[in-house]
Amino acid sequence: MLRYILKRLVSLAMTLLVASIIVFLVIEVLPGDPASYMLGLNAQPETVMALREELGLNASKPVRYFTWISGLVTGDFGISYTYRTPVAEMIADRAVISLPLAVYALVLSTLIAFPAGIIAATRRGSAADVSIMGFSQLGVAIPNFWFAMILVTVFAINLRWFSAGGFPGWETGFFNGLKALTLPAIALALPQASILARVMRSSLLDTLGEDFVRSARAKGLSVRQTLWRHALRNALIPVLTIIGLQFSFLLAGAIIIENVFFLPGLGRLIFQGISQRDLIVVESVVMLLVFAVVVVTFLVDVAYAVADPRLRSR
Amino acid sequence: MTLLHVQDLALSINGTPILRDIDFSLTAGQVLGIIGESGSGKSLTAFSIMRLLPPGSLVSGRIALDGDDLGARTETQMCELRGNDIAMIFQEPMTALNPVQTIGDQVAETVRIHRQVSRAQARQIAAATLERVELPNDQFPLSRYPHELSGGQRQRVVIAMAIALRPRLLIADEPTTALDVTTQAQILLLLKKLVAQDGMSLILISHDLAVVAHTADTIVIMRQGRVVEAGDTQRVLAEMQHPYTRQLFDASGHVPVRSAMSTGREVLLKVQGVSRDYPTPRKTLLGKPGFFRALERVSFELYRGEKLGLVGESGCGKSTLTRAILGLEACQEGSISIGGDQIAAGQLMPRAVRRKMQVVFQDPYGSFNPRHKVGRLVAEPFYILDQQPRGTARRAAVSAALESVGLTADDASKYIHEFSGGQRQRIAIARALITRPELIVLDEAVSALDVSIRAQILDLLSELSADHELSYLFISHDLTVVRAVTDRILVMKDGVIVEQGTTEAVFQKPQHPYTRELIAAVPVLEPAS
Repeated sequence: MLRYILKRLVSLAMTLLVASIIVFLVIEVLPGDPASYMLGLNAQPETVMALREELGLNASKPVRYFTWISGLVTGDFGISYTYRTPVAEMIADRAVISLPLAVYALVLSTLIAFPAGIIAATRRGSAADVSIMGFSQLGVAIPNFWFAMILVTVFAINLRWFSAGGFPGWETGFFNGLKALTLPAIALALPQASILARVMRSSLLDTLGEDFVRSARAKGLSVRQTLWRHALRNALIPVLTIIGLQFSFLLAGAIIIENVFFLPGLGRLIFQGISQRDLIVVESVVMLLVFAVVVVTFLVDVAYAVADPRLRSR
Repeated sequence: MTLLHVQDLALSINGTPILRDIDFSLTAGQVLGIIGESGSGKSLTAFSIMRLLPPGSLVSGRIALDGDDLGARTETQMCELRGNDIAMIFQEPMTALNPVQTIGDQVAETVRIHRQVSRAQARQIAAATLERVELPNDQFPLSRYPHELSGGQRQRVVIAMAIALRPRLLIADEPTTALDVTTQAQILLLLKKLVAQDGMSLILISHDLAVVAHTADTIVIMRQGRVVEAGDTQRVLAEMQHPYTRQLFDASGHVPVRSAMSTGREVLLKVQGVSRDYPTPRKTLLGKPGFFRALERVSFELYRGEKLGLVGESGCGKSTLTRAILGLEACQEGSISIGGDQIAAGQLMPRAVRRKMQVVFQDPYGSFNPRHKVGRLVAEPFYILDQQPRGTARRAAVSAALESVGLTADDASKYIHEFSGGQRQRIAIARALITRPELIVLDEAVSALDVSIRAQILDLLSELSADHELSYLFISHDLTVVRAVTDRILVMKDGVIVEQGTTEAVFQKPQHPYTRELIAAVPVLEPAS
């Protein structure tokens, strides 16, 4: 088990290294010079050159890569070209919204999907199964920004249970913060829950057809006991894979929902960064997201090994 | 004293009648054998007793255990009965255990759901039960997972799960079919021992008359959902009142008529000093990967027109050797040649070499693309010809191939799911024949078939070899079949050929201890006097 984790950690480090080089090179080839962009169209070439020097853009590529990467490791993400504030601070401000939002949405999606998938699988062909599958079809099909607007219309404008957007900040209280994130989290969770429920259902159906489920019944376990003790844990592997992918998506992919609800999250930060050629912000946020995805993948790998002893010896 | 009495049992699933008029009874402490081919309803009879039937099943008739009518029991009461009074073991030991639970937990679970005992007590009983099925705790601690055990060891764990509470009746559904002959002999011995020790009754379900004949006190022969003959084993085998019993008996020992074609002295296939290593996972993070030697300097020759058998148990390297001969896998050492041409693994094998051999695999269900019609499946090997026949010529070749294996030209326009297992194997042979190869590798080609179908396929192969001047490399774990059809055999163990010689000589006077062990393990069906 320890060796398995160690091997995963090595692969994690390698992935990060390769990803950082790719991120750096891709940003390098993008057109547009941040210095001339910052100074406007009428800037003197000498001024631009001076700014380039100041920003460290004139150094050679390897030097700039190492400056950037060693900064990242020590928590110094550099200064935003546009806002002249430390990138680390900007990211931290946004992450306190994006990270809880992603976790919130994932928890909701899991809470909806697990029971739905289990009910659908154990009562295959029943009215419950048909309606759960029908709803999940709908959940996948509806664009989440449209669903978000419906949520705003119903719960913010008509019922006035929630505010229509914005984030009051965690300093106004944990509950207030959570409340502001509830509608966006629901809007994000719905399509994810629909996918997850379907995966759960098909995985569980496969497992319920396995020989060891029959063995368990022959031992004298009831249908329900067989499900909880034998089928569920075996059915979990594909579900874990999907959960891992969904978390990565939710972290960065919430940009549309952040816009609908006026949430200053990471998605919007990266969008601004790109449109203003604030390359240092883009680089850092992308690298951070890569880091998050790789870490989540690692955690999913560890979860696999916990769920399935056959993987531990690899 | 009658333990189990089954009376007028009938079963239909979603309106389709499956079982009819099933009557038999089993005396306490005795062994009842149920024999039948696939689709005879023998497994569903067992599942009816356990009441573990698929949805949509409708059962009528009476099943009584010790006078207690099981039909009157609720599902909850049946759960109390299963594992406690009646237990069951299944054919496929590789998948019958939960892969994510330790063997100790799985055996202890049987105890825990039926008895009010602590976890520690249940584990104690589990440990004792594993000892009883000859899995000593010092070698097989309770913390082992199923994937760390071999097929035979897993079947022992399944048996331990079933007998932990010393049930009165154990139903074993093809318990040894998926196992090697020596393992099969050991498991049968274990089952007999448990019956003798506990006074337990056993229902042994099998397609193999020989397996049952040696173990069962009474037998029931089933066909198409009905009992065709039942009674004392010795008497049934001596009298064989029903023609189907006779047919089964003949088919299981069937020896195809051999053509008078003599084996030439011309070497067709030459395997010389072939070794194959598989890398094993690294022991440490940066350590060197180890390797597992699957073949160790294997050498033999196959003469033109010869039927050569290759026998050995699972893991002995016969599949690796097959893949190497077919050029699907590279070897570390040695050389293989067919008709003088070297076989090199990979895409580069010249088509002229490739078309000298074809293969028929074991699984008649998995070896065809279900979306292609039979005509296309059979014509597939044409790609190795330099001049592919087109149009009428192609259709004529497909028709001829299908007719030569006893099917009709019209079958070319059907899909594979419309055919039975035996017919599919005929199609596989047609596919192998269509490019007129010199050598056909038969990789367990009849192992998945019922005895009567198997007899037909063996006859077909025998006829074809005479008509088409074919040589066969016949790979099987089934010694009875190999003895019936081959001229010469190779016995393989742990990647080494330990013995070779003419088939009769090896069977009459085996030289190597392993060969002797193998031959002794084969259940032999002798006509009762």
